[in-house]
Amino acid sequence: MLTYVLRRLLMLLPVLLGVTFLTFAIARATPGDPARLMLGVHATPERIAELREHMGLSDPLLVQYVRYVWGAAHGDLGKSFRGQTPVMQEILDRFPSTLELTVAAMLTAIVGGILLGVIAATAKRKAVDGAAMATALLGISIPNFWLAIILIIIFGINLKWVSVTGGQGLRDLVLPSFCLALGPLATVARLTRSCILEVVREDYVRTAWAKGLRDWAVTTRHVLRNALIPVVTVIGLQFASLLGGTVFIESVFARPGIGRFAVNAILMRDYPQIQGTVLFVATIYVLVNLGVDLLYAFLDPRIRYG
Amino acid sequence: MVLKPDQLELIQDGEEEFGWRKARTESQWRIAWRMLRRNPMAMFGLIGLGVLVLAAIVAPLIAPYDPTAMDYESLLRSPCPAHLLGTDDLGRDILSRVLWGGRESLRVGLIGITIAMVGGTLIGLVSGYYGGLVDSVIMRITDVWLAFPAILLVLSIVAALGPNLGTVLVALSISAMPWFGRFVRGSVLAARNFEYITAAEVVGATDARIMFHHVLPNVLAPIVIYASLGLGNAIMITAGMSYIGLGAQPPSPEWGAMLNYGRNYLREAWWMSVFPGLAIFLAVVCVNLFGDGLRDALDPKLRV
Repeated sequence: MLTYVLRRLLMLLPVLLGVTFLTFAIARATPGDPARLMLGVHATPERIAELREHMGLSDPLLVQYVRYVWGAAHGDLGKSFRGQTPVMQEILDRFPSTLELTVAAMLTAIVGGILLGVIAATAKRKAVDGAAMATALLGISIPNFWLAIILIIIFGINLKWVSVTGGQGLRDLVLPSFCLALGPLATVARLTRSCILEVVREDYVRTAWAKGLRDWAVTTRHVLRNALIPVVTVIGLQFASLLGGTVFIESVFARPGIGRFAVNAILMRDYPQIQGTVLFVATIYVLVNLGVDLLYAFLDPRIRYG
Repeated sequence: MVLKPDQLELIQDGEEEFGWRKARTESQWRIAWRMLRRNPMAMFGLIGLGVLVLAAIVAPLIAPYDPTAMDYESLLRSPCPAHLLGTDDLGRDILSRVLWGGRESLRVGLIGITIAMVGGTLIGLVSGYYGGLVDSVIMRITDVWLAFPAILLVLSIVAALGPNLGTVLVALSISAMPWFGRFVRGSVLAARNFEYITAAEVVGATDARIMFHHVLPNVLAPIVIYASLGLGNAIMITAGMSYIGLGAQPPSPEWGAMLNYGRNYLREAWWMSVFPGLAIFLAVVCVNLFGDGLRDALDPKLRV
């Protein structure tokens, strides 16, 4: 187990190097001079040359890359073009809002998805199963940003239950996290259902029934425990779509998180901000997936990693 | 013994009374199509998608108005007989815009997924067929490629190349490609050990011939399933990118761009936001219904 953890940690290195390479390339692949972008159109050539020198833009690309990675490894993501503030600080200021949103959405997706899947799989009547799976299909197909707009029109504008312009209270978290959660919730529900349908055919479930256990006991203690193992992996993967979804949802609800921050950075062509957010989010994603894989090994003792 | 197609016909005709004989000579695709036809949900999806694509193609003929023509006499009209889905703040007809918008939204999704499919298939074929160092290098690269969320890759590429629909298309293809590559490689590895591949090698077929004539047909079914399931997502991301202002730019009637435009008028004109989004939703539902049906028909083992 320890070797497995160590190996997985070592595997993070090439991945993170790849990500830094990509983020470094973003700024270099774009036409235009970062120094000119920073100073605006009216800057004199001397001033631009001076800034280029100051920013180290005249050094060989490799030197610049190594300097960038070295800085990033120490939490230095450079300064933003717009505010001249450290990008790391700007990201950390906005991260709590995004974290709150994704955690709320994740919990909704897990609880709701497993519940819906169990209902569908154990339904005695076919209509219930059908209805649950139809809900899941709609959940996967509905664009979350459109759902958000519809809910704002209904609950924000017509019923006036929530504020329309990005409130920060607990009540203002309900709609965004629901919209964000719906897609992953539906995916979890579909997978839970099919895993349960597979597990109920196992011998140990038949034994449990034969012992005369009640429905509820068989479902939770014998079926769910085994059926949920693959679901854990998918939950880890769904985290990616949640993070991606914040880009849209935070824009709709005007939440000051890193999703909206990234969009604005791209619109403003503020490269240090773009690079910083991509690197930051990618790192979190990689770490979360590592956590999920380790959890997986813990949940299923049959899995032994060499 | 090699049978020519007309000889096959003869055998089929001659043994018509043994129904099983005929069934066995049927191709995988014919069987899948028969199963698909019996699946009402999948057919609903296929027909629905067909209608949407057709409507987008003939939009210039059937759209009641020019999608960019402004009409200051009828600003922000709610749905009425003259404007079935209402008008926007510049008096442009929403129905006409939604019809035209399909050309952009659906095209980007379809082309993007097709490029990803072709590119990923080539990567997977080469990687899985040659194995060894080539395989290791390609797989390590896709490891990194897949290690972070697709949307981040899309955003990065759009950031580097500038926000417009063309870059979204490039970004979509590039971000979906490694998934196909991985998938195809796995199927190729499984197919590689079959005896007919060895047989083809023994008779001296070239690598390219083996890959495209013997390996590819065997991995095509899962690729098509994957593509159909990825298409819905591609359409959604295209619209989403336009919605946040990083895809199609105004005055384009792309569905996501229309939603972006309509968000300033949520209070006065709900129809500006509801109908373009409904179009995205319908397109994605149809694609997903069809994709689910296709998966069940082609490969019941993959059932999720």
